[in-house]
Amino acid sequence: MFQRPLRIISIAAAVIAWEGASKLINNEIILPSFTSVIQTFYETLISGELIVDIGESLLHFGIGIFFGIIIAIPIGMAMGWNRKADDLIDPLVELTRPIPPIAWIPFAMVWLHLTHYAAGFIVFIGAVFPILINTYSGFREVPRVLVESAMVLGCTSNMELIKKVAFPFALPSIATGIRIAMGVGWMCVVAAELFGVSNHGLGYKIWWFKDLHQMDGVLAYMLILGLTSLTIDRVFRYIVDERLLKWKYGVVMSG
Amino acid sequence: MEIWGGDERLMLQIKNLSKKYKNLTVLDDINLEVADCEFVCILGPSGCGKTTLLRIIAGLEEPTSGTLSMNHKTIKGITPEIGMVFQEYTLFPWRNILDNAIFGLEMQGVDKNTAISKARKYLRAIGLDQFEKNYPHELSGGMKQRVAILRALLLNPQLLLMDEPFGALDAQTRNQLQSELLRIWSKDKKTVLFITHSVDEAVYLADKIVLFTARPARIKQIFNINLPRPRDRTSTNANKLRSQILKTLGAEL
Repeated sequence: MFQRPLRIISIAAAVIAWEGASKLINNEIILPSFTSVIQTFYETLISGELIVDIGESLLHFGIGIFFGIIIAIPIGMAMGWNRKADDLIDPLVELTRPIPPIAWIPFAMVWLHLTHYAAGFIVFIGAVFPILINTYSGFREVPRVLVESAMVLGCTSNMELIKKVAFPFALPSIATGIRIAMGVGWMCVVAAELFGVSNHGLGYKIWWFKDLHQMDGVLAYMLILGLTSLTIDRVFRYIVDERLLKWKYGVVMSG
Repeated sequence: MEIWGGDERLMLQIKNLSKKYKNLTVLDDINLEVADCEFVCILGPSGCGKTTLLRIIAGLEEPTSGTLSMNHKTIKGITPEIGMVFQEYTLFPWRNILDNAIFGLEMQGVDKNTAISKARKYLRAIGLDQFEKNYPHELSGGMKQRVAILRALLLNPQLLLMDEPFGALDAQTRNQLQSELLRIWSKDKKTVLFITHSVDEAVYLADKIVLFTARPARIKQIFNINLPRPRDRTSTNANKLRSQILKTLGAEL
């Protein structure tokens, strides 16, 4: 970032324009000023409220992503590897996939009551399909010649072929699926916290501030939502690209 | 049918082998005998079914009729005694060179350290030991095929099947790999069944060249190549053989 000064200039200019515009409008409801947003941010940080809210939202997010991963990956693997499993499961996936996660809120409340799991369930609905579809396509794209060359080297059972060939081959695709799922899942967090599963959480607090007509609080939490998601994505990308998928990028040939 | 001399032990025997896909006959009544340590090249028009024959021997496909035996025992399915090198690059991209090399040994349950030291010895012999931590995408085509051959050889197969392994390489690398392969072959005493569409390659490598007809593939003619080794690619005798084979092949195109 510091090697590319235009990026800093861009943010600084936006902040100055924002502050100027809010002075001009002079209405903290329509456009809270940058300084008041920063102050609210500071206050919630000091009181510890912000950390609790982030923690609560990450809990809902984590539950959804966790179950999304452990359910979507095996199903996607089965569908991608086995034609019959594909034929059996695909129609159900295609029918449920277009339903927006938010439409599941009534059933989340009936099935899981007002618990963290109900919020996690909405995130799960948002997360499960991108992971499933990317796992599926990763498995479908395994080149036949790689499978066959593993077979002639003695890797002959389905289990071993999946473990030694198909899964490692599909891993970049699965990782992409998880990344997309985390983006969608994070959007679902806001909706999932609207129906009263708890009195904390970034999504919940946005509505709470709105009801108090504290639009600076709304804006502060909006920015935190964005920054948290950005951080999660960066951390994930770092772990996956630098460690798991090193073979895709590698270093330039030496010697 | 050929008569074998006292010294030449019959290793691979293909009897009345045919392969049909629905109404399409790919291989029609193939009969072929390969002696122990013999280097056999199969030459024929592209798409004639040479690869299908190799895949059947490797156990990747089943013949419609006919039998296959190795050392007088019927071959059934995939066996570690038969190794195969494909035309395409088939190293696993997520494994580095060393881990690719030991894949077969790993599958056989060989202790990892033993496998590694075995693989390193071979890597050193072909000058790729400094690349053992590199990933396949960092290697040239010729290096990748070297590792693929090494990976197959580490399982110590008696029969090595090679399906146009040098087909995608430039002429110079190709010549180099041919010489390397012959060196390994004469040292390790392998039987090799090598598919190619290059007459030059076949004349340089083979003890015996089997000429296939266009689809459905039948054996058209077998040439025994008695040129002394190491061979001179441009000797008069080699040239004579080449033109003879090209003529026979030409009738097929």
